[in-house]
Amino acid sequence: MIQLRQKSSLFGALLLGVALFGIGCKDKEEAKPSGTGKTGETTDTASRGNTVTGDTIKIGEYGSLTGDNSTFGISTHRGIQLAIEETNAAGGINGKKLELISEDDNSKAEQAKTVVQKLVSNEKVIAVIGEVASSRSIMAAPVCQDAKVPMVSPSSTNPKVTAIGDYIFRVCFTDDFQAVVAAQFAWDQGYKNVAVFTDVKSDYSKAFGELFAKKFKTLGGKVAAEPTYQSGDVDFKAQLATIKGATPDAVLIPGYYTEVGTIARQAREVGLSVPLFGGDGWESDQLIPGAGIALEGCFFTNHFFSHDMTEPHILSFIAAFQKINPGKQPGALDALGYDAAKVIIEALKRAKSLDSVALRDAIAETKDYQGVAGKITLDANRNARKEAVLFKIVGKEFKIFKSYRPEQVGL
Amino acid sequence: MRWLLGRIGVVVLTCAILLVANRLLIDNIKEYYISVLVLCGLYATLAVSLNLINGITGQFSIGHAGFYAVGAYVGGAWTMLMRPLVVKSLPILQTGTQLGDHLNLFIALVLGTVCAGLTGLLVGLPSLRLRGDYLAIVTLGFGEVIRIVILNMDVVGGPRGFTPITALVNDHGIPLVWVFGLLVVVVAFSRNLVKSAQGLKFLAVREDEIAADAMGVNTTRVKVTAFVIGSAFAGAAGVLYAHCQTGVNPDSFDMNTSITVTTMVVLGGTGSISGSLLAGIVLTALPELLRYDFIKDYRMVIFSTLLVVFMLTRPQGIFGHREIALPRFLRRLIRKKENAP
Amino acid sequence: MQAFLQTLIYGVETGAIYALIALGYTMVYGVLRLINFAHGDVYMIGAFVGFYACTQWLPFKDLSQHPEAAAVNIALALITLFLSMLLCALLGITIERFAYRPLRNGFRNADAHFWGFVIALPVTAFVGAMSTTKRQGALLFAGVVIGFIMRPVMAHLTKRIKPSSSRLNALITAIGVSLILENGGINVFGADPKFIPDILPKRQFSLLGVEFNSSRLIILIIAAILMAVLRYIVLYTRPGKAMRAISHDIDAAKLMGINTDRVISFTFALGASLAGAAGFMVAAFTNIKVVPLFGLQPGLKAFVAAVLGGAGNIPGAALGGLIMGVVESLVASRYPQWRDAVAFILLIVILLVRPAGLLGKNTAEKV
Repeated sequence: MIQLRQKSSLFGALLLGVALFGIGCKDKEEAKPSGTGKTGETTDTASRGNTVTGDTIKIGEYGSLTGDNSTFGISTHRGIQLAIEETNAAGGINGKKLELISEDDNSKAEQAKTVVQKLVSNEKVIAVIGEVASSRSIMAAPVCQDAKVPMVSPSSTNPKVTAIGDYIFRVCFTDDFQAVVAAQFAWDQGYKNVAVFTDVKSDYSKAFGELFAKKFKTLGGKVAAEPTYQSGDVDFKAQLATIKGATPDAVLIPGYYTEVGTIARQAREVGLSVPLFGGDGWESDQLIPGAGIALEGCFFTNHFFSHDMTEPHILSFIAAFQKINPGKQPGALDALGYDAAKVIIEALKRAKSLDSVALRDAIAETKDYQGVAGKITLDANRNARKEAVLFKIVGKEFKIFKSYRPEQVGL
Repeated sequence: MRWLLGRIGVVVLTCAILLVANRLLIDNIKEYYISVLVLCGLYATLAVSLNLINGITGQFSIGHAGFYAVGAYVGGAWTMLMRPLVVKSLPILQTGTQLGDHLNLFIALVLGTVCAGLTGLLVGLPSLRLRGDYLAIVTLGFGEVIRIVILNMDVVGGPRGFTPITALVNDHGIPLVWVFGLLVVVVAFSRNLVKSAQGLKFLAVREDEIAADAMGVNTTRVKVTAFVIGSAFAGAAGVLYAHCQTGVNPDSFDMNTSITVTTMVVLGGTGSISGSLLAGIVLTALPELLRYDFIKDYRMVIFSTLLVVFMLTRPQGIFGHREIALPRFLRRLIRKKENAP
Repeated sequence: MQAFLQTLIYGVETGAIYALIALGYTMVYGVLRLINFAHGDVYMIGAFVGFYACTQWLPFKDLSQHPEAAAVNIALALITLFLSMLLCALLGITIERFAYRPLRNGFRNADAHFWGFVIALPVTAFVGAMSTTKRQGALLFAGVVIGFIMRPVMAHLTKRIKPSSSRLNALITAIGVSLILENGGINVFGADPKFIPDILPKRQFSLLGVEFNSSRLIILIIAAILMAVLRYIVLYTRPGKAMRAISHDIDAAKLMGINTDRVISFTFALGASLAGAAGFMVAAFTNIKVVPLFGLQPGLKAFVAAVLGGAGNIPGAALGGLIMGVVESLVASRYPQWRDAVAFILLIVILLVRPAGLLGKNTAEKV
């Protein structure tokens, strides 16, 4: 026999709800005495930040080792590892070895946050290196900022990344600069009418497109069309047909290599034969296999590094790189990963004490450090001021075509 | 009188446990574990709320993530877009104060719940005429449509996600109280519903819709009610998700999320509230636990293989229609002891 | 007008692929009343078979250096097409045998061995990677051992389990299989995007102002041929007739002496081979990235197409696929961001207005 108790059906739940709300309020009263207002909070959080304990200095890395942008993560990881191994071979820092703890975020923004939490709160790393994609850096940076652990991004170019807080740094230029270079370049090439095809899913792409359009218009150019796509799409013909209808001189595709190849192919299929150009998201050994011959003669802006360069410090980097990765050529991402790790290592040598707060101050003082991808001086906004180069795609190779310094584009 | 006392006792006990747990957790548990615990609580809430639709009423919805998303975005929109406007005339909602933040979260919770419930009504009214697989497909379709609509709303960040949603006082135990508080409410509601006369109608629809109809149960109404309640709870979970994660991304509400929740309900045993609860917690924690082990690269394969094997060897789920309840379990233990000698 | 025609052509090209995949969904739904969620992943496997055949297994020539090798490449591409279809058919049969048949007939010892082996795979892959030597041997050995260990456990667990008739169970099983294929794909193939190089000479020509691409036309032609062959098999051969008999009434078919298990296997093989062919063609002729989630979106859309045409109805699936492709293309030409929503809105409207799909027959609910 089933007993019926209809009255209690809603009542119990309601009562619970009210009581629970009570808890929330009660809690606040209990929490208050631990510190009143803002001063209490700061004294509470000032004690946070991680300190080195034991014989090893733990440095965390999160990156897209698998997933959509895995070539980004893998390249960066190779560079970081090289820097760590070099330092350890030279005896470490103050007799302590460095330990790199790498976490894979699967190319997903959500995972980035979780793994960084794990690095910061469980592994107690003293610094974090990552990410390449700006969307994921933006997701994870607040974790580092809250925990007072410095985070150095090797190649996130979106301006918002370092704006998150004073513990977030980067060793590459920003899109403020890259997009302006792209606009200047387009103008110099004689393109008057450029279509911009952005990936609405990526902070990087969106900011790049907007900043480009702004600069290009002030130079006197015209933006012919601004259609959008989403990374993960495989069919771009509809948008490309729109672009074709606007008859531009060139098309800017500030996206990642995973889509650019397909876009280029389909552009040629719909009969759009103008040059395409883009940014550092194109840099990957998978770009050409994806695009076939569709990108022949196209351009992209990139960080100041190429394995064709012959400066001695670059040659020695390439030699060391190829000792660990035989038969591979380092790209800009390997170089930037290496630089990011090196900036932290150099700062560790200068830091007053081996804790993350002191390390942060040391990193902020980085000045004129000769990295393999250009000289690094971190400015007040924790960004590096560097040169950008334009690569031209010739066959299966990327050739340096032109380079721009910040002063040359009025920055 | 007795039941009222009993109820109040239960409420007081729950509050006390939550408070004590919260105190302990704030000080002793690392941030990462807290975020895993929060997810466990949220997924358990989702599973229990979907169980209302799939298990207790016997419908077949696999688009639950859509309502979760509605809650998350409505809650987020309130906190980030509306609150700054309202705060001028209502200074009690001031950001950064404990009272203001909790009150704000409560308002967000109510709004998110109501909106998700309304969406559930909108989706449920036309689609609940369908049955079985077709209903499943339509709910899946609606879930995807909701996600794509969000993708195209620039106010809430579109495809790049709605970040940041900064509302909770940055005291790391607080989300837990809210999340598990909601879980308790949802579980208590479901349990009480099943025990009530109203609930019998739900069960009747599950067991035999035609017979229930013949007995004078307004089946459409029962189905829609279950759907609305389930969606509303999912929306509430969404609000908390958005605030605990300090930001949301449309990708978190894709088909996979819906499927995960459905899986929890089925594995726990369709119709078993405690089963859904347990499955929700275990299935969220399991992949995270596997993350630590040597098999972390293969965790998802192992997870999915276990899922299939489980379905094949124990198709009714862990508990089937049965519930586990502490008192009954204890009673059975005692009886066994008595019988033993 | 030209733009409209062009859009229409694009739509038909996409639609042909949807149709090919949708056929597999609809056939399986016809005989088993099961939504085979893993079907989209079979399509993905087809693409990967194509990728490995084109880059490693078969001696394709790089056309940019050896333009004279076009004829050889065409022959090899045909071989790859058949290879893709064959391997996917085998995969389809395996999925049916070990994931769906136990749902119908109960969990047997053979199933316990198989699943023991599957669970053992990732574990031993890890052990194998640590020891590096005799990896395959260790894999096989551990699989057999764990299978044996699992046998009594499974037997005990399943003692009182009757075959399940729950739709929800079947659906979750199908989803589980799909997850295994996707995540297994991530472990085996890696999640980084892969591209099949150009293997066939491509020509671009325009007719009446409409752009045509030779490789997309090839997809269209092969799809048409495959569908014609399928129609012949279903209508005029013995297994085809058996399939139709089962889809009318499986119990009656059994009583008539039809070996239903074998026919169901055959159905899966047919559907999976079509998906495999589609996967290879899309990956090789449109050169889009091949990733383990390659089949997720197309699978979902094709599934919608199958329902649109009337689940279980073969011409309906083909029609549904084409309609889906065209409508999607038309919408995308104006509002590209709504492309994915259109599929589902179409689905919802159709189901609410005509629940049995465009060509399906409305049947009264059996009490």
